Amino acid sequence: MRIWLSQHQDAARLALRRLAAAPVNSLLSLLAIGIALALPAGGQMLLANALQLSGTTSAVPQISVFMATNAERQAATEIGERLGRHAGVKQVLFVPREETLARMKSGPGLREVIEALPANPFPDAFVVSVADESLAAMERLSVEFRQWPKIEHVQLDSAWVRRLDALLKLGRTTVLLLAALLGTGLIAISFSIIRMQVLTQRSEIEVSRLLGATNGYIQRPFLYFGVFLGLGGGVLAWLLVAAAALWLRAPLAELARLYDLTLALQTLGARDSALLLGFAASLGWLGAMISMRQHMQQY
Amino acid sequence: MIRFERVSKRYPPGLDALSDVSCEVAEHEMALVCGHSGAGKSTLLKLVAGVEKPSGGALLIGGQNLAALSRSALPFLRRRIGMVFQDQKLLFDRTVFDNVMLPLSIVGFPRRDAAQRVRAALDKVGLANREKAMPVMLSGGEQQRLAIARAVVNRPSLLLADEPTAHLDAETGADVARIFHEFHHVGVTVMIATYATELFPAARRLQLDHGRLLS
Repeated sequence: MRIWLSQHQDAARLALRRLAAAPVNSLLSLLAIGIALALPAGGQMLLANALQLSGTTSAVPQISVFMATNAERQAATEIGERLGRHAGVKQVLFVPREETLARMKSGPGLREVIEALPANPFPDAFVVSVADESLAAMERLSVEFRQWPKIEHVQLDSAWVRRLDALLKLGRTTVLLLAALLGTGLIAISFSIIRMQVLTQRSEIEVSRLLGATNGYIQRPFLYFGVFLGLGGGVLAWLLVAAAALWLRAPLAELARLYDLTLALQTLGARDSALLLGFAASLGWLGAMISMRQHMQQY
Repeated sequence: MIRFERVSKRYPPGLDALSDVSCEVAEHEMALVCGHSGAGKSTLLKLVAGVEKPSGGALLIGGQNLAALSRSALPFLRRRIGMVFQDQKLLFDRTVFDNVMLPLSIVGFPRRDAAQRVRAALDKVGLANREKAMPVMLSGGEQQRLAIARAVVNRPSLLLADEPTAHLDAETGADVARIFHEFHHVGVTVMIATYATELFPAARRLQLDHGRLLS
């Protein structure tokens, strides 16, 4: 056991020495891997932030029902009662047109526009929570409400949340696809770097073999080299993503403020970071493994 | 210790390096493999070391038939044999010390004891004060002695050497021959392929001629 451990230590140390022996080569290789990994890692970071953002907004689907602007209050009261009695409706909130006007006036920039209008441009409205929140059921309800008298417009408020969900799903697939694609790239990079290593260390491999080295002994430093290459690339990717997050934080927060959202761009979380490093190290190892397997077949 | 039973080695496309060789080298014996260039001396040593496999016949080392040895068992056979190669095969990017250390780190020898062993081996061949030098800084004779130190650091019971005194002047050659005699005296079985038979007057000779052993 102690022999095994010390042989692993020696192999790891040798791999590090080889990395340090050609600093420019090593750095460029790490950079290639780092940038390749930074793409999916950055995508994952954006996705995690978007998920958090969509989590803070209400995803409870509601239907907004707007009366015609020329409808009497009496008509609105009737509609309110009718909505309250409807089996598919869980809760109804009445928003009188005066309240809407007051709220809009308090908002910046709109006061002058509204005051210039001759009459209250806003209709009476209802916010309806439904019993069955599936899209199909809600669409059925909105079609039904639309046919009621004096109703001008019915809107599904959940539409944008659903759109965001769909977008996020697409984002997740894209990140996975990128990760798969660039992960394969990482294996290829590790493979060819290890192959070059094997060529430059040819005499050492030959001599070790003649002196009774097992395949395991010969492979070990190269496998460690692959792991360090992947791991180093992973760390570099993490740093790139963190730097990008820092850089984008201020402009994105400003953009979010324009949409009335608070957003402080977070860099990769602990789970995603661990995943990134583990993924990078394993793929580096895998590339090295394939390279060594191919080399060993000659003997 | 080593027994050849009608061993032949044929290289493609049809070159017979050894044909029908039968002989035996006893334990603690010193044997010289001699013959003209291309007689099959190196091939014979390579077969013993498991670098090449015989094409026919049986080759037994310590009772073990090499032809039946699996590829994964080969490294463990090689660890019991010390080898001095014709082209030495030193690693020129490592110090003298690290060159000799290599066989020990391959078998996973404990680090502290290993350093002692390396120094003892270097001392034996007269390179005790050169351990930090790189192989290129050594003379031809010193490089040959370094190759011997690496071959014996594992304390093998069998020492093989392919032309260990070639390219050396008479004095240095005698010096190297003396080292082999010393190992022979402490009980190591020694097999040397060489032209310089006069350096090893007491050793038994296996004379090869065009791949055949002359009796």
